[in-house]
Amino acid sequence: MTEFKRIIKAGFINFRRGGLVSWAAVLVVTITLSVIILIILLQAVLYFSLNSVKDKVDVTIYFIPDAPSEKIMLLKSSLEKLPEVANVSYTSAEVALANFRARHGNDYPTIAALDEIGNNPLGAFLNVKAKEVSQYESIASFMKGDNPLLQSIIYKINYNQNKLVIDRLSGIISGAQELGFLVTLILMIISVIITFNTIRLTIFIAKEEIGVMRLVGASKIHVRGPFMVEGAVYGIIATFITLILFTPATAWLGRNMTDFLGLNMYDYYISNLFQIFAIILLSGILLGVISSFLAVRKYLNK
Amino acid sequence: MIYFNNVSKVYKDAVALDDVTVAITAGEFVSIVGHSGAGKTTLTKMILADENPSDGTVFFESTNVHKLKSKELTKLRRRIGVVFQDFKLLPNKTAYENIAFAMEAVGKSDEEIASDVPHVLELVDLSHRMHHFPTELSGGEQQRLAIARAIINQPELIIADEPTGNLDPINTHEIVQILKKINDLGATVILATHNRGVIDAIGKRVITMENGKIIRDSKHHT
Repeated sequence: MTEFKRIIKAGFINFRRGGLVSWAAVLVVTITLSVIILIILLQAVLYFSLNSVKDKVDVTIYFIPDAPSEKIMLLKSSLEKLPEVANVSYTSAEVALANFRARHGNDYPTIAALDEIGNNPLGAFLNVKAKEVSQYESIASFMKGDNPLLQSIIYKINYNQNKLVIDRLSGIISGAQELGFLVTLILMIISVIITFNTIRLTIFIAKEEIGVMRLVGASKIHVRGPFMVEGAVYGIIATFITLILFTPATAWLGRNMTDFLGLNMYDYYISNLFQIFAIILLSGILLGVISSFLAVRKYLNK
Repeated sequence: MIYFNNVSKVYKDAVALDDVTVAITAGEFVSIVGHSGAGKTTLTKMILADENPSDGTVFFESTNVHKLKSKELTKLRRRIGVVFQDFKLLPNKTAYENIAFAMEAVGKSDEEIASDVPHVLELVDLSHRMHHFPTELSGGEQQRLAIARAIINQPELIIADEPTGNLDPINTHEIVQILKKINDLGATVILATHNRGVIDAIGKRVITMENGKIIRDSKHHT
């Protein structure tokens, strides 16, 4: 316990006495942590945009005007049982007509033609949303396939009209996710390498000191411990600096870029602050501690 | 206590030690003298296992120091106090902390550190410099601090490699007197130097080295 206390204390003292070198390391860790937050925010924008596009995609099943509603409801409940289906909404023929009238309220010839017909020419319809864009095809084939009883009441399914858009969207979404992951990975690797090398440089300065410590009989942990604590201090201070810097930055983005990004960055940042704090604190401490651990190892051989 | 058995050390194209065999018994004060490059420093580094021999073996008591594992080597080094020509103090620690570090390394308690450090600093006349960093001390003061650090854990052996190399005659005399006192108190002292005057002032066993070989050992001539 005494040993542990001494190591912690020595780490803090080393940081304080390290002066400019310590702050240079904090700056580099801050940059790395900023990259991590930036990636988190970009992912949020990406997923928000993809989700809002996904939400616009659906498949609508139109029924013939006099299709019995029990059969439609039967189809609705069997659709709802499919694992791919997120939700199914039913619009009756009457509601469809009312909606049509409301939509074309200013279009006098259309309304006049509708009145001329007398009865309701529109059928009911079911609107089906899948959990994933790629699952529409299997839903469409389920409806067309094994239920001949229902085929008689279905007027049309708009899947084929939407198929091209849905297919391309599927491709774009999975491409965007893969690209996002790749960019994240590359940025993270670059940041980690830069941080590791900066901390390695700060420890290189203390290379002789490490040798002397070993010669006076200090154990490996007694030598290495304070450097690891110092690395953790870099991470902790950098975490707070990064969080403070991103508050006005996201506020500015929230005020000026919400329309462009489709997402209020400030609201997202503040509502996820605890998770973001946990992620970057952990990343900062791990980066500092592991880099120090590896960098000291080189000089600890003797 | 220490036994070099046909020890050789060859760096790429230079021979630092050439088939050295020598024994040092406990409580001795042995001076190793020779020009720069004669092999004095390499010899002292061998005892600490800071250098590995190209050939031969080095024993500390009955232990082959180069066969020790890292942990055992750490324990061995705690029994040896080392003083270097360039002092090798920890630059980011004060005089007090430099000595405290050596005590922490051997697991001394905070109470022992608080009572022993001021005492040893007084012994080397550095009480008034306790909270100064090494860069704020003169050469003589730094070397006295290095000696204080070397003796704080009452080691069985003190290795002093050119401890007076960077000092003026007055400081040199002081350092030699401190080393003699440590030897009188029972520790074995190995002093490597190129300064004949220092050795004459001590008047104990002298090993003379040249080109990595022992060319004279006063023990066998008296």
